[in-house]
Amino acid sequence: MSEAKKYPAPVTNPETAAFWDAAKEGKFMIKRCTACGEAHYFPRSICPFCYSDKTVWEQASGEGTIYTWSLMRKSPTGPYAIGYVTLKEGPSVQTNFVDCDLTTLKIGQKVKVVFKPTDGAPLPFFTPV
Amino acid sequence: MTVLNSGLVSTPLALARGPLAGRNISALANPPIAVQKNGAIRNASGDLSLTIKGKAYIAGIYEHPTRHAPDKSTAQLHAEVAKGAIEDAGISKDDIDGYFCAGDAPGGAWPMVDYLGLNTKKLRHIDSTETGGCSYIIHLGHAAEAIAAGKCSIALVTLAGKPRTGAMPPRAAGAEADFESAYGATTHNAYGMCAMRHMHDYGTTSEQLAWIKVAASHHAQYNPHAMLKDVVTVEDVLNSPMISDPLHRMDCCVVSDGGGALIVTTPEIAKSLKKPLVRLIGHGEAMKGPRGGKDLDLTYSAGIWSGPRAFEEAGITPKDIKYASIYDSFTITVLMQIEDLGFCKKGEGGKFVADGNLISGVGKLPFNTDGGGLCSNHPVNRGGMTKIIEAVRQLRGEAHPKVQVQNCDLAIAHGTGGLLGVRHAASTAILERV
Repeated sequence: MSEAKKYPAPVTNPETAAFWDAAKEGKFMIKRCTACGEAHYFPRSICPFCYSDKTVWEQASGEGTIYTWSLMRKSPTGPYAIGYVTLKEGPSVQTNFVDCDLTTLKIGQKVKVVFKPTDGAPLPFFTPV
Repeated sequence: MTVLNSGLVSTPLALARGPLAGRNISALANPPIAVQKNGAIRNASGDLSLTIKGKAYIAGIYEHPTRHAPDKSTAQLHAEVAKGAIEDAGISKDDIDGYFCAGDAPGGAWPMVDYLGLNTKKLRHIDSTETGGCSYIIHLGHAAEAIAAGKCSIALVTLAGKPRTGAMPPRAAGAEADFESAYGATTHNAYGMCAMRHMHDYGTTSEQLAWIKVAASHHAQYNPHAMLKDVVTVEDVLNSPMISDPLHRMDCCVVSDGGGALIVTTPEIAKSLKKPLVRLIGHGEAMKGPRGGKDLDLTYSAGIWSGPRAFEEAGITPKDIKYASIYDSFTITVLMQIEDLGFCKKGEGGKFVADGNLISGVGKLPFNTDGGGLCSNHPVNRGGMTKIIEAVRQLRGEAHPKVQVQNCDLAIAHGTGGLLGVRHAASTAILERV
């Protein structure tokens, strides 16, 4: 199952390094624009909404609800459930759901972030609360 | 709220607060176009040149009959479909002065132009726009633009490849790679996510999706080249194995080797050739993605923008369409596009496609009469080319007699590329028999 899965290490780059550094400390970060107030994910230095460069890192609650999901049943590495989580802070993020019975996932279900190790920085996943 | 060309939705407030605060030029960048009483189109400046309506004709089409080509090279398949379309049009390859290809062309445009032996003294327009499966519908529009601007007069568009024979080369990573690639988005689960949310928001059912496959199979039984020729029932689809919830195996298209090609040309050249006249009268293209995760809505596609752009240019409405080629990578792709193009209201696609409404001779909107990607052919996992080809067959009256739409004078060819559930492009072409 997904717990035993080997995940690729993020390559990282100067624009996103702070996200991965925080992930190593178990913190899930998003970016917020101080010009227009909007949060976004994945993180960019220029706000995708108003093009301001006044974007700042913000630790997210790591809590959200399932927007949608799909359980891939035919995979050489075993079944896995992809989906989007709408964070409490607003942005929806692509993820996999882990550490649960993948057949019981529901749209609207409350989930929280969990990090899984890679050979580099850990990756964020979500699991039902 | 204003939709900018970039696809970003911007409020006047955001513009005022952002560093680019200044004049809102959106109205200047997107002048409304008006259809005159005589059918001519002019934009706000009154310039009749700012449309491709009627300025380019599809003079040659060719769909490779193969569905499995372990004994051929990919470049060879490109050459075979080029030759087929050139012969269909009745022109010489040395007259071609525009070449269009996408990510499936080995090495891109310059190795292909050389390999195909195109006349480089004459070739003066090259376009390798890559937008996945709808690339070729975008190419058709771009070819019309180039022809209207006098940049070329005979354009060749080719698609070919062999995903059934061997693994496809990986795509280059985008800026999102670290934040998405580990999660294993594939075509199946990306479209599954759309179907799951569409069912949640609108009550769409697996039975309704199954009707799309049923209709495609009714058409495929008459296509000798179709990979899947058996007529199937709604029960057959529901009983096929679940691949990625809620999509069953029969909700998915085939994987096939093969390809196709087009010749696009000027009205004058088309009229000098022997084929029935089919012209492009409207075209649209658009892109959509998660856009920073704001207001995510996977129940609609970029087709809600490309479709109206094409209909507006053509000066017709969905009700005028006699035949529809609609990209069918999955059943949900068709259902969402039918809504997005305006054949029914958002959320009513399930009701619209049920009970054989897409079957030629039975329903109100005959679609994919070659069997489409669901049953016949999905060369290189890119369905846009075959969508155009079957639409042209219908307009020429060259479809199989069992599926030929009577008096077919207006058709649509619409496709998407990329992953509907992640980020994708869409393109719409409206074609008319003259």
